[in-house]
Amino acid sequence: MIALADRPFDPGAELNRFCQGRAATGAVASFVGIARGEAGQDAPLELQAYPGFTEAEIGKIAREATGRFALQDVAIVHRVGRIAAGEAIVLVLTAAAHRREAFEACDYLMDYLKTRAPLWKKEYGPAGARWVEPTARDLADVGRWGAAQGDDPP
Amino acid sequence: MAKVLLFGRLRDVAGWRERLYEPAPPTLAALKALIVADRLDLAAALEAPGVQAAVNRVLVRGDCALGDGAEVAFMPAMSGG
Repeated sequence: MIALADRPFDPGAELNRFCQGRAATGAVASFVGIARGEAGQDAPLELQAYPGFTEAEIGKIAREATGRFALQDVAIVHRVGRIAAGEAIVLVLTAAAHRREAFEACDYLMDYLKTRAPLWKKEYGPAGARWVEPTARDLADVGRWGAAQGDDPP
Repeated sequence: MAKVLLFGRLRDVAGWRERLYEPAPPTLAALKALIVADRLDLAAALEAPGVQAAVNRVLVRGDCALGDGAEVAFMPAMSGG
């Protein structure tokens, strides 16, 4: 399941739902990204998506991760719009027979989302607003997985 | 007719998010030239490293032909999560 959410969502409820009826699943891994409020910013982030295209592109990488890590299931929920400090920005859930695959797939999907998913993030700080681009660290992280990930870097 | 969508910083630089061009220019390059006419700031932003274009929701590299009704998106470096 790939979804964009334009209002706050409950990662715990999503995790519970994802874990239902999984007698054949040995491991579910989860990652929740949370908006960090700095210097009293109560709505520190704004996320833009390209509706339709964004979900389709994230779906492609989810299918790639499913093959690469032998996943049984994947769910990704990503917030769009203005996000308040403390709210979940992104939730990644992976289900596999064993923990290593579930953990690694979660890590892989987050590295992709940080650098290549069609999403644009504006940070509001004390010095004003700025568009966030992948950092050297983000690019090094995604590079760990080799060239197989999605299309070539821009 | 061609529909143009801008995202991220391109939207801020241009001051718009969606525009229709009638009739559709024959190519992506011709469309770009039309968009940036008299807009040096937008021309620079569109040529910035990492900017990608999608035509009818498919990423394209270089130039390509545009059909009538094409949806063209210009997308700066992406970052979610």
